[in-house]
Amino acid sequence: MSDLTTKTLIDMRDALATGAVTAEAAVQACLGRVAATEPRIDALLSVQAEAALARARELDAAGPAPDKPLWGVPVIVKDVLCAKGAPTTCGSRILENFVPPFDATAVARLKDAGAIILAKANMDEFAMGSSTENSAYKVTKNPWDLSRVPGGSSGGSGAAVAACQCFATLGTDTGGSIRLPAAFCGCVGLKPSYGRVSRFGMVAYGSSLDQIGPLARTVADAAQVLSVIAGHDPRDSTSVDAPAPDYMAALKGLSGLKGLRIGLPREYWGEGVEPEILRACRTAIDAAVDAGATVVDVSLPHTRYAIATYYIVAMAEASSNLARFDGVRYGHRNRQAAELLDMYKRSRTEGFGDEVQRRIIIGTYVLSSGYYDAYYKKAAQVRRLIRQDFLDAYATCDVICGPTCPVPAFPIGGVVDDPLKMYLMDIFTISLNLAGLPGMSLPVGLGADSGLPVGLQIFGQSFKEDALLAAAHGLEALTPALPEPAGLA
Amino acid sequence: MAEYEAVIGLEVHAQLTTNTKLFCACPTRFGDGPNENVCPVCAGMPGVLPVMNDRALEYACKMAMAIDATINLTSIFARKNYFYPDLPKGYQISQYEQPLCEHGRVEIETAAGTKTVGVTRIHMEEDAGKNIHSSTENKSFVDLNRCGVPLIEIVSEPDMRSSEEAVAYLKELRSILVYLGVCDGNMEEGSFRCDANVSVRRKGDKNFGTRAEIKNVNSFRNVQRAIDYEIGRHIDCIEDGEAIVQETRLFDANKGVTQSMRGKEEAHDYRYFPDPDLVPVRVEPSWIERWRGELPELPAAKRERFIAKYGLPEYDAGVLTAEREVADYFEAAVGVHPEPKKIANWIMSELMRELNECGESIRGCRLRPEGLAKLVRIIDSGAISGKIGKQIFGDLFRSGEDPEAYIAAKGLAQISDAGALDAVVDEVLAACPGEVARYKAGEKKLTGFFVGQIMQKTKGQANPKLVGELLAAKLG
Repeated sequence: MSDLTTKTLIDMRDALATGAVTAEAAVQACLGRVAATEPRIDALLSVQAEAALARARELDAAGPAPDKPLWGVPVIVKDVLCAKGAPTTCGSRILENFVPPFDATAVARLKDAGAIILAKANMDEFAMGSSTENSAYKVTKNPWDLSRVPGGSSGGSGAAVAACQCFATLGTDTGGSIRLPAAFCGCVGLKPSYGRVSRFGMVAYGSSLDQIGPLARTVADAAQVLSVIAGHDPRDSTSVDAPAPDYMAALKGLSGLKGLRIGLPREYWGEGVEPEILRACRTAIDAAVDAGATVVDVSLPHTRYAIATYYIVAMAEASSNLARFDGVRYGHRNRQAAELLDMYKRSRTEGFGDEVQRRIIIGTYVLSSGYYDAYYKKAAQVRRLIRQDFLDAYATCDVICGPTCPVPAFPIGGVVDDPLKMYLMDIFTISLNLAGLPGMSLPVGLGADSGLPVGLQIFGQSFKEDALLAAAHGLEALTPALPEPAGLA
Repeated sequence: MAEYEAVIGLEVHAQLTTNTKLFCACPTRFGDGPNENVCPVCAGMPGVLPVMNDRALEYACKMAMAIDATINLTSIFARKNYFYPDLPKGYQISQYEQPLCEHGRVEIETAAGTKTVGVTRIHMEEDAGKNIHSSTENKSFVDLNRCGVPLIEIVSEPDMRSSEEAVAYLKELRSILVYLGVCDGNMEEGSFRCDANVSVRRKGDKNFGTRAEIKNVNSFRNVQRAIDYEIGRHIDCIEDGEAIVQETRLFDANKGVTQSMRGKEEAHDYRYFPDPDLVPVRVEPSWIERWRGELPELPAAKRERFIAKYGLPEYDAGVLTAEREVADYFEAAVGVHPEPKKIANWIMSELMRELNECGESIRGCRLRPEGLAKLVRIIDSGAISGKIGKQIFGDLFRSGEDPEAYIAAKGLAQISDAGALDAVVDEVLAACPGEVARYKAGEKKLTGFFVGQIMQKTKGQANPKLVGELLAAKLG
């Protein structure tokens, strides 16, 4: 493997800043890595090779800029994020030829920080799925075992960063879509507090749940990317009008584990979780205790309502968010339809995959007159209880830890025909979105039986991504670095 | 009709006069080329988000204050979901469960005296675009210029009992909106639109009859026609023992009838839910206080003041205050020549007639209030007669010329110089010895003949009062 592409983002950034590596060389190295790995993992939907090289040469001509923390660093973004001039399909046929005329705020901020957008990553169609098998274009393979899924919906982002195609990626997380691929692919994934990162330019799935966040190979790399993309955006009313701290400084300043009270919710550490997952997570917690952390037993009693609540809220919002894909202004249109209603029906039936159609239908149902109170309104109430669970738990602890997913990466085709089983993959991740809180998945080793990466999930307090990152940074130092992904060795 | 009573409630959509749209920075200008005022946000591109225009909130709140409505310090934007090509997001952002304002009232003048019409709610929402169907090809086009333009919907209680009351309510509402400067009130361009809910019941009944909703009636006259037609239709149904169907109907202005558009069972299920892209709208009490201080004098208050201060009849005060600019014009003119009733008469008769004829508003009128006041003052001074004043009014209205300069240039000033007139009177009497003799013999009605002769010689410019005095003196 190229020695350049395996560098951490921080190391690469430093090498670029000193002039030891040119931006063009960085891009060339990544493009080489993409060419070598992409035939095996199918992580990308489009590669902006020419544009990336042109941008790299432009940056090289101007020389390194100390005020641009990602100067010359190649990154990849999930295809749900609009990037000016680059196809943005959301993994859907309905947007097959859609090229947005604007950048998502997160993408614009990456560019402003000197990062180079190399490619757009594969995903479950409109971020609906937990395996990336719902992409209309390709099935991404897990770099650790090419017969297994990378997790979803940001599976392309997870696989790309694990395969060292670039130094960090952006994903989006509505119910675990950053953390699950991070866990399956053995990388760090961070979902910020709702409102921390602007959603402008992210094609919405569940608007009240969606957040953009980084996937990277180290906690520091993720912290650096978050520092760049976080902060208020006047174009997103739900982005919080509060300054985002310098997360890199937080890693250096905060002590990490000493005196840290780690809450272990009993609902996350028992039944239904693979023993190898429990063991790997427990080992990490034990190491933290050895390093000065304490463990607190906590309860999140409404966890069992989380999946039902999540699917009502997310599908209701999705049914409305996806109404704009009607074939009138952009996207797929059926040209044979004789009249308007027929055009809508045919365009949307042809353009959307099964899972998307399923969610639109369920979402439409739960919002219908006569059902709204029983479903959507009730779900909104339960949602508040779920958030309250976390707030109550944080009275006795600083962070909460548990497995990211009850199982390791599963075989391609193994679950996709059983939607309910697939929804259960999100059981430990969705409460966090309902509560609007930040959380991460941190690789804590390989499963003793499967040999696949295991992710430990760390939940933080509202808008305290700095403390969350510091805790993750401390834990990361105690867990052995993962080897090169077995599937690409 | 005598045994029946109509029950009418109105929903008014008023376009706010903000420079930009409700959720993006596109201009709200009317009349630009198709899709010129469109951006990714109002075109509903994937990934875009709405951000509320604060000025629209201010305007909506000012209207609420003007009709004594309660402003909810927290209100919620909701999505109204339906598919249509002129609705790019597949939903309209409106307000549903927690509107911005509630419980307002508007006073109207009716034949039976003053009546209060309750206003249930005012909420903010965005307008849709426009579909244009080609008459030559089998094609439809979508213009999104209007899409996202801020509207307020003002929903009345079912408090009106006749089409006259409905129109009085609409006129008052429109007048208040225009006074506030929050809506231009232009019905032809669709800045002020109305849907009417009409039902009929037997007098004395406590329960309402089944209602029909009449959509998009675009003039006061058509509101009246549509409601009257609908009342008649309901009464016919009741008399014939037919059931009235709850439905939406469209008024056909050419035929003067309403026609069924869709019934209750075809009614849309809009699947309203709170828009997760927008945070709750919060209004600070300090903003309300600031806005209240900026409210202008409203039509009703101005009407009362015109009656009290200028001694105008109620009718005149009503006409002059219906539009703020007319009222301002009147007051500016009275400031120059303090004869309120005379000024009012000139505005209500000559000026309004000319404005109506050329279809212009008083804003662009070339004859400024000072000019009109000067004209009235010149007439009062006797320098010209009222008759001449009316004759030259059209010229002054079109040119905006200073009346004094105009009268001097045309040599229209009355001859009020006794010396100058004396010679003319002598001339006329000398030329008519027969009539003079008959007059002296007692035929006093010949005075009119002599005056006519003098006026003829002076081209109507002789001061009639002076002529009378001179004749009396000379004929003894």
